[in-house]
Amino acid sequence: MCLLLKGGLVVDPDRNSIKKADVLLEEGRIAAIQPGLKVPDAKTIPVEGCYICPGFIDMHCHLREPGEEMKETIHTGTMAAARGGFTAVVAMGNTKPPADSRAVIEFVKRQAEAAPVPVYPVGCVTKERKGLELAEIGDLVDAGIVALSDDGNPVMNSEVLRRVMEYSSMFGLLVISHCEDTNLSAGGVMHEGYISTLLGLRGIPRAAEEIHVARDIILAEMTGARLHIAHVSSAGSVRLIREAKQRGVRVTAEVTPHHLCLTDEAVMTFDTNTKVNPPLRTPEDVDALCAGLLDGTIDVIATDHAPHTLEEKDVEYNYAPFGISGLETAVPLMWDRLVAKGILTPVQLAQKMAGNPAKILGLPERAVKVGTVADLTVIDPQLKQPVRVESFASRGKNSPFNGWELLGWPVLTIVAGKVVMLEGKLTDSERS
Amino acid sequence: MDFKRKDILGLQDLSAEEIELILDTAEPMKEILGRELKKVPTLRGHSVVTLFYEPSTRTRTSFELAAKYLGADTASIAVATSSVQKGESLRDTAKTIEMMGIDVIIIRHAAAGVPHLLSRYVKARVINAGDGAHEHPTQALLDMFTIREKKGRLSGLKVAILGDIAHSRVARSNIWGLTKMGAEVRVVGPPTLMPPDIQKMGAKVFYRWEDGLKEVDVINVLRIQLERQQKGLFPSIREYTRLYGLDEEKLRCAKPDVLVLHPGPVNRGIEISPEVQDGPHAVINEQVKNGVAVRMALLYLLMGRGEEDVLTA
Repeated sequence: MCLLLKGGLVVDPDRNSIKKADVLLEEGRIAAIQPGLKVPDAKTIPVEGCYICPGFIDMHCHLREPGEEMKETIHTGTMAAARGGFTAVVAMGNTKPPADSRAVIEFVKRQAEAAPVPVYPVGCVTKERKGLELAEIGDLVDAGIVALSDDGNPVMNSEVLRRVMEYSSMFGLLVISHCEDTNLSAGGVMHEGYISTLLGLRGIPRAAEEIHVARDIILAEMTGARLHIAHVSSAGSVRLIREAKQRGVRVTAEVTPHHLCLTDEAVMTFDTNTKVNPPLRTPEDVDALCAGLLDGTIDVIATDHAPHTLEEKDVEYNYAPFGISGLETAVPLMWDRLVAKGILTPVQLAQKMAGNPAKILGLPERAVKVGTVADLTVIDPQLKQPVRVESFASRGKNSPFNGWELLGWPVLTIVAGKVVMLEGKLTDSERS
Repeated sequence: MDFKRKDILGLQDLSAEEIELILDTAEPMKEILGRELKKVPTLRGHSVVTLFYEPSTRTRTSFELAAKYLGADTASIAVATSSVQKGESLRDTAKTIEMMGIDVIIIRHAAAGVPHLLSRYVKARVINAGDGAHEHPTQALLDMFTIREKKGRLSGLKVAILGDIAHSRVARSNIWGLTKMGAEVRVVGPPTLMPPDIQKMGAKVFYRWEDGLKEVDVINVLRIQLERQQKGLFPSIREYTRLYGLDEEKLRCAKPDVLVLHPGPVNRGIEISPEVQDGPHAVINEQVKNGVAVRMALLYLLMGRGEEDVLTA
């Protein structure tokens, strides 16, 4: 069946252009792009005034399955992705058991077969994510991982990480680093600064992240490995990555919407939904992250979607787990805070959330052009509505953005030519 | 003025006028404490519970006696461990207590922010008896009451807080309270026990006692938690005592009529020498008595006014 998107604005990162055109989808691919298309037997979806972007990829999320299905499953997590405007997700491997074996990767892929959006698994760097011995990386590659990471934990031993980088380079595999010196961050629950002093909460200094960013860049330079720095939170990290890129080190980086939209002042409510690792930092860090996003130091916006149950979060601040449920707020947050304010253009947003993640992960090109697979994210820039966690498809309702009135929401998600979300609702065939 | 608060969570959000009112109200309460028959009926029919997640003898007893002297019924719940370990959530514990008809919950917890969380869970009034390293408002109020009683004022005084500032809720509440009342607050301790940007709270930072204690009117000595040494925050108890333990030599640096406070319990001979602790400048025992008076004042202001005048009871 054909699908005709009528009256949209086609975002083309290659030509850095936006043009008004209708888009015809046929057999899962883009068949035509031009104004005034008339296809009598096509099902038409009016998208007047909406931006038609290449399908967004969330290259950092936690789907929790296997092992912590009370927080999220691959089914609920991918439904959340579809609602959030994502056409693919990269699932981190800190599950229970961790994704350090072919068996777990195959399980994840099997669970994802019926999912509304494809899931690309990340394999663990070390056995049981302990940071001590290399996982069977060759086996993981054969099972179909797209990257390596012990995310959630750093690899504290520099010798182990060196060998990981050397070994993974024979597969051309990306190593994603969770940068945190756990001796410096031990016991910390928020950014170390005036607000932590005021609240009497144990702080996590920027140095805990920056020392590992510097170390991992040095090791990537030494080994020639491809390094991707996850969830950059501090101005110093941006500076280190910028300098490394100028020297030609093969390093890329991502930032989360929450690190771009919130500061440590949000913790003053003691709302545990603001507890996240790395922690929310200061306005100066937010400015540096924005600048890094604009000058290309930071390549990707990724959610670090970390769902938790209500019971786990409804406790004393010190005892709550780290993490924010981010899949269903990322696009409207970035539109409202960056695009609508003129900081980022729609084309740049599409690069940070579609084109660059695909390039970094080695996935097929993301573009709205004739012949490519029809993975599309359609955003209504006029739609203004509040975030309502109770409407999340994710099991994780742990969002500090609940109630925020945001402008610019994904209204249509198409995966391989199939509508998986329309106007915030998952299409019927995907419900179960 | 009227005192219209539901809860007492910290001194950060109290005004100078409110603090003044609490201290003024504590004066007649102290007079009641001196009577042979201490019981007044002001809070008769009200119930107060102390919910302590950290071990404490003096603060809990002080609150309980304050409530009893005012005629309230009291109960005490000591929870040895955190909710996570115990298996019942704070929310459930709070609701259970509230259902028993409690009017005031006095809570102490090792985690900062718990009284704030509790105040959102229950309709009962909440008094913070110490939350992590965040605030300990009644300790700061009794410290200020003691200083004001001895010095006749707070405004213009130089007050040094000596020791482990980073982990101290007493230090934070004292900084808020004293600066609001017009005192100059200094914090004195090693850089490893000084939290970042504390000067933004309005305190002057000193690392050396020779500078920090110079010409001060009051020294508030903090208890040093001995396990901080194992965490590498200072080399040894011996060196801590040599550099920061308040002894007669360091005391001579302050004004001749300096007051010495300590929130207790004291590590005798470590953060304060026995000569100073038992000497003429120390008002540590007086602080304990004033603690009951200040807590009576708070309970009275929160609950008792408009029913019966305690002053003529």
